[in-house]
Amino acid sequence: MIHSLFLINQAGDIFLEKHWKSVISRSVCDYFFEAKEKAVEPDNVPPVLQTPHHYLISIYRDKLFFLSVIQTEVPPLFVIEFLHRVADTIQDYFGECSESLIKDNVVTVYELLEEMLDNGFPLATESNVLKEMIRPPTILRSVVNTLTGGSNVGDKLPTGQLSSIPWRRAGVKYTNNEAYFDVIEAIDAIVDKSGTTVFAEIQGVIEACVRLTGMPDLTMTFMNPSLLDDVSFHPCVRFKRWESERALSFIPPDGNFTLMNYHVSSQNLVAIPVYVKQNISFFETGPCGRMDITIGPKQTMGKTVEAMMVTIHMPKAVLSANLTATQGNYTYDLANKVLVWDIGKLNPQKLPNLRGSLSLQSGAPKPEDNPSLNIDLKIQQVAISGLKVSRLDMHGEKYKPFKGVKYLTKAGNFQVRT
Amino acid sequence: MTAMQRLLQLPVTAVNMVKTVQSQVQGQEEDKSPVLTPDGVHQAWYSALQPDELRHLRSGAPVTISVSGMNQSIESQEWLRVSTARSTRFQSDATIALQEQGGSTKRIPLLVCELTGLIPVSLTGKEAESCFNWVTDTFGVSGKKAVILIKWVKILHDDLKEMLDSNKDSLKLEAMKRIVAMIARGKNASDLFPAVVKNVACKNIEVKKLVYVYLVRYAEEQQDLALLSISTFQRGLKDPNQLIRASALRVLSSIRVTIIVPIMMLAIKEAASDMSPYVRKTAAHAIPKLYSLDPEQKDQLIEVIEKLLADKTTLVAGSVVMAFEEVCPERIELIHKNYRKLCNLLIDVEEWGQVVIINMLTRYARTQFLNPNMNESLLEEGSDKTFYGSDEDEDEEEEEKEKKAEAPMAKRKPYVMDPDHRLLLRNTKPLLQSRNAAVVMAVAQLYFHLAPKAEIGVIAKALVRLLRSHSEVQYVVLQNVATMSIKRRGMFEPYLKSFYIRSTDPTQIKILKLEVLTNLANETNISTILREFQTYIKSMDKDFVAATIQAIGRCATNIGEVRDTCLNGLVQLLSNRDELVVAESVVVIKKLLQMQPEKHSDIIKHMAKLTDNIQVPMARASILWLIGEYCEHVPKIAPDVLRKMAKSFTNEEDIVKLQIINLAAKLYLTNSKQTKLLTQYVLNLAKYDQNYDIRDRARFIRQLIVPTEKSGALSKYAKKLFLALKPAPVLESPFKDRDHFQLGSLSHLLNAKAGGYQELPDWPEAAPDPSVRNVEVKDSVFTLLERVTTLTSVPEWTKCSSREKRKEKKVEKPFYSDSEGESGPTESADSESDSASGSESGSGLEESGSGSESEESEEGSESEEEEEEEKDKKKKKKELKKPVQESESEQSSEEEVRKHERKNKQRKSDSESESDEEEESESESSQSESEDSESEAEVKKKKKVAEPKPPSKPVKKECKKEKKEMSLLDLDDFEPAPSPQATPLNTFLSSSLVNDLEGLSLSDAVLSPATISPSSTLKSYELLHRITGEGLSVEYCFSRQPFPPDGNMVAVQMQFTNNATSDAKNLHMEDVKLQSGMRVKEFTEIELLPAGETATAVMGIDFCDSTQAANFQLCTHTRKFFVSIQPPVGELMRPVFLTENEFKKEQGQLMGMNEISEKLTLDANCRNEHSIVQRVITAANLSRVPCGSDKECRFAGRTVTSSSLVLATVASREEGAAQLTVNCEKMVIGTMLVKDILLALTQ
Repeated sequence: MIHSLFLINQAGDIFLEKHWKSVISRSVCDYFFEAKEKAVEPDNVPPVLQTPHHYLISIYRDKLFFLSVIQTEVPPLFVIEFLHRVADTIQDYFGECSESLIKDNVVTVYELLEEMLDNGFPLATESNVLKEMIRPPTILRSVVNTLTGGSNVGDKLPTGQLSSIPWRRAGVKYTNNEAYFDVIEAIDAIVDKSGTTVFAEIQGVIEACVRLTGMPDLTMTFMNPSLLDDVSFHPCVRFKRWESERALSFIPPDGNFTLMNYHVSSQNLVAIPVYVKQNISFFETGPCGRMDITIGPKQTMGKTVEAMMVTIHMPKAVLSANLTATQGNYTYDLANKVLVWDIGKLNPQKLPNLRGSLSLQSGAPKPEDNPSLNIDLKIQQVAISGLKVSRLDMHGEKYKPFKGVKYLTKAGNFQVRT
Repeated sequence: MTAMQRLLQLPVTAVNMVKTVQSQVQGQEEDKSPVLTPDGVHQAWYSALQPDELRHLRSGAPVTISVSGMNQSIESQEWLRVSTARSTRFQSDATIALQEQGGSTKRIPLLVCELTGLIPVSLTGKEAESCFNWVTDTFGVSGKKAVILIKWVKILHDDLKEMLDSNKDSLKLEAMKRIVAMIARGKNASDLFPAVVKNVACKNIEVKKLVYVYLVRYAEEQQDLALLSISTFQRGLKDPNQLIRASALRVLSSIRVTIIVPIMMLAIKEAASDMSPYVRKTAAHAIPKLYSLDPEQKDQLIEVIEKLLADKTTLVAGSVVMAFEEVCPERIELIHKNYRKLCNLLIDVEEWGQVVIINMLTRYARTQFLNPNMNESLLEEGSDKTFYGSDEDEDEEEEEKEKKAEAPMAKRKPYVMDPDHRLLLRNTKPLLQSRNAAVVMAVAQLYFHLAPKAEIGVIAKALVRLLRSHSEVQYVVLQNVATMSIKRRGMFEPYLKSFYIRSTDPTQIKILKLEVLTNLANETNISTILREFQTYIKSMDKDFVAATIQAIGRCATNIGEVRDTCLNGLVQLLSNRDELVVAESVVVIKKLLQMQPEKHSDIIKHMAKLTDNIQVPMARASILWLIGEYCEHVPKIAPDVLRKMAKSFTNEEDIVKLQIINLAAKLYLTNSKQTKLLTQYVLNLAKYDQNYDIRDRARFIRQLIVPTEKSGALSKYAKKLFLALKPAPVLESPFKDRDHFQLGSLSHLLNAKAGGYQELPDWPEAAPDPSVRNVEVKDSVFTLLERVTTLTSVPEWTKCSSREKRKEKKVEKPFYSDSEGESGPTESADSESDSASGSESGSGLEESGSGSESEESEEGSESEEEEEEEKDKKKKKKELKKPVQESESEQSSEEEVRKHERKNKQRKSDSESESDEEEESESESSQSESEDSESEAEVKKKKKVAEPKPPSKPVKKECKKEKKEMSLLDLDDFEPAPSPQATPLNTFLSSSLVNDLEGLSLSDAVLSPATISPSSTLKSYELLHRITGEGLSVEYCFSRQPFPPDGNMVAVQMQFTNNATSDAKNLHMEDVKLQSGMRVKEFTEIELLPAGETATAVMGIDFCDSTQAANFQLCTHTRKFFVSIQPPVGELMRPVFLTENEFKKEQGQLMGMNEISEKLTLDANCRNEHSIVQRVITAANLSRVPCGSDKECRFAGRTVTSSSLVLATVASREEGAAQLTVNCEKMVIGTMLVKDILLALTQ
């Protein structure tokens, strides 16, 4: 299926290659470079390219291109999903997925790739199984290894692959048994010029950090599961139980994982926590424009809105901005024409305001379109949809674990058209 | 530069020379496409070294090289040559060749390596930096990416070789890490092969792993050397640890060396029957590897695939289906038997396997089931717009009803979904909740291609969910949604807003979303969509704006109500400042105007004005075409436009010029008075145009429109030709009809067939036989009961096959709920299917009901006669039975008589030859009492002879009939001991057959060790030959009777014949020599055996489940003979009765090492079930286990001493091929038994 993989940085250098079948010359990447040049923005590079003898499927993650070479028919999503899994694994191992880290750990990465695919077909993609075979580097271990000549390869043979629950390794032991769940909801919304909501929905995710001894069997129930419109689960969740009782029953993987993603549909009216009053105008005469933005709380459920940030992609003609903010700081990136206004906490008494003038390139025509505002915000301790975990039970083990649930609401793709 | 010069003491001239040569090379390279010349190597001389400097290099001393001019180098002994290897984009690869003076070139790859990798080895920081700068300058490589060449790779490699040869693992590891890092960066490390391959057996696991990595990468290039490592892997294949076995197989199969194909084949075959599922999975992975290496192995590989497909573990399922898809996707019939299992396992297979299986099953279902939408497809497509508008569950029912109402309209027989089709849909549905986008997409395409229209809606939600994933995922999903939304608009309508576009989306996503929005537009939502479009038009992304304008155009053509609104909107855009927007609008407006031009002459006028401003050729051409086409609506303006155009003709683009000619011609035809001169002027200009198309067009048009005396008939029709009514263009989605590619596939995405794409077949007209998917029946109690009833009533032979079929039908239901003997995770899946089977009962039952009905009727016609006959018989039997039961004494006496007879025969000294008489007594047909031949009896029965017969006769006949049934029973039933003594049993057969059987064997056990008459099934062996025994001959056979004094002993029946003239006396045994643990119970002494007489005796031997011989002396009053009894392995067991479920369960526990299976070709006389059973039972003392499939015979027994289970299965295939499987805890016994049965079946 997947024939070869090339890792390419933004400049277009191939800094790692791995072949699972016979070797394919890296000249095949030229087609990709061509497309990349044409696309200008890395986001715009088509994920699937056809060359005379091969097909190239690529993803763009963390300023790196993962380019795979395919020779025969294969579902493109299969490859894309796998490439993202590779990037996830690298991130999981080294903390982030960057060129320098991959270069520093080139042998480990290569070994990982070797284990993840066999003859181009995924073999072991569960991070738990991989970690048994190839230990992630830690500072302590690398020191010890240099002294003793030890290795990063697990000396035990991985048994995770053989078990019926490949996501959990056997013989987990902790002195403190704890299970934490973060319910994080992101508001995706489009608000139009007049302030009416064109479209709004909530994407939720439950991130878990479970450190429990043995083989615990957990059951999580919700106060109001009917809110959930659409869900997808980690493979550990028993679908049957969900169907019948709307309860999440699972044997958790060890460590951090995403338990479930959910979607609260727009039928359940989504409360937009803030409102934005904006006025951006460019004048026909004279190279300038005016901007005035005010943000105020709308429905915040009594919590404070934190980490407010407004990002504006200005038209190319905007040279500079001369603004005053009543709260927070603003920066204008001249090269990328991005204005960022970092507000911080939203104070309901004194609404933050940003106003001033924009100067345009002389001679350039007035931009016909006003830029839209992208809003970022966070509200702690509340899930905006109202979803609540009612209980978490554990079976199969004797000890009493420490359990905790945290809620967080943030802005997802929150756009205000102007 | 200076630093480097100091370092290398390189004269400036030399560097310059390098530069010029370099630039030449680059020039050459640029001429050629970088892609078309895969390996063209351009080499450039750059410098030469003195021999002493070379010495420096070799010794690895710090690099201080003085390079002199090139001229000398030719005379010098060795010199260096740098070649810039064919580079892709950057001169990243280079080689230095060391050329011997003799002329033969030994190229040594030069170390050209990234800065970080090399500096510690060779240079100090500062030197390296200058080196780096120098290379940057010389090769014109961009800064960061630059490579440096510092040292000979040979030197470095020597260093690595040394490390590899050392004893320290840490050094080896360090070396291997550096080598692997080189490979990862795409550098050549092939010359280290010999040094690396030595370490293949290294104890350190990481070194070993890295060596494997290296080996797999380079083995193809160094085949001979690679062979050195093979034995290590072969050893690994035998390792007791499954993970080591698996990894050995993995590496072995990854080595692409053709010579080892047979070894690989062998290893794969062996691994395919390994007890560890992980190893079997690895075997499945190895199959495509071997296939790509040597496609000639296909047939053998298919066998392995077939075997692995039958595997019941989730671990193997995905990988083997993958292998199936790569090796033999056309052999769809291999899936039949495994179809249901795959469906049931699916939820527990790992996610990647799920994708492959679902895609394969989609294809499978398309060949095997009927189109669930075939009734709807007859109706007009339009009805579904409103009809299938929603996909909520409540509506589904409604739709179901509607569907039913529709069906009669379509005048087709009502469609009933195959339960297997339903099973697939039901079992894939939960996977829509997978976190893996590929799985969700796979299920979505399965539903799109296979599900009834009403059910497809469920996938929309999941697909919309994927739109929140990475942009690459969005890209693929949107492509598929675009295709789906054309066919099934309704299902995405509720999610319209999810396709709204954000300014931060990448352009390609925006355009795809636009496509979907356009497809979803209809009368009700068009106003919302147009409002959205209005926002989009203001976007800064101009490509997107252009696409939006086209989308508006499409909405306008598709939805008549909004055409005017759209047109007005577009006209407004004509005053947009951006030329691209205007141009795009013009093109779209032109298309819209074609639909109703008369209404819009003002728009045309407006556009005519635009010709002054718009420069985009396509737009200009469009305007000119419009004016020409509708010149009658703008009679005043048109000639003026032509005038302007004639002026600028020479400066226009070709496409515009063609339209100018066009316009001129049309005006000439309608308004020749005003435009005659202009037209001629334009045509003259065109005559001398550079473009031949334009010249051609001008010539053609002149001939056509300007009347001359020569011009033919055509010019009369010129007006009709030019101003014919043109049909309005249809604005179609580029995604129309893309669904003939399987959705979610690469081919669909590219809209072109990708290599290896398997076409999605069309639905069959009529469904192929669904019974091919039937697997052996599990519910044995059910079968047993049925069997019992049929046994008591209907003779077996007439209905055997048909009943078999029907039984399978009936048992289909329980099959779903059966647990397959799987443990753990399948539990949930099973219970799910269990409950689900109930819910789907509606269609399922109907289907199976009608199916069996038809079958029955068929069969009925076939065997009606026979059945009648049978009924008669039954009646008769009942009639007869009454008297029999009444006169119990009679019956029992009958039996006793027979027993006595036999005993007497044996005991009595008869002059007749024994064997003959035995046979006679068995067949009984030749007995003097029976007057009627069997056929006569049959005939009489047919005639319904009702007159009472003499009581003895009916009884006799009854016996005869039972006899016959018995023989059948013998052959294919579960009777524990197929001994002739069981014969009378049948007369008592009642519903509780099993009890009876058990009771019988018990009662037998109470008896003293009985001697039996040897039957055809029992083989007798010679213990003592007549000659050596001086007249006394002894034969023994294993009577297969329980040996009551000791249950652990095997009964051996001996038959002494005295052929001598004198009597033999005191026959007994002595001096028994046995292996430890074995015991013997001697037979009772025979005091006198007169000459010519025969006697039998029974002894018991406990063989301890081994085939060791029991040696003893057989003594008469005069002599002693050394004899030994060696049991065939088949006699070391006794039959046990198992139900089919028990059998399955036990078999499940005796897998792996305890399972031995062997392929065989059945003897020509042994192709039917009966003979197979007979031969197996002859070879081994086993009993038949009931089994639903007539292709499979199962047998069970326990060893006599240790009571270990012995299970045997013979599965026959077409043309005498068969597979024998023996499961036994005692592997030795199993192996020997396999041999024996094999012999019995093939001889």
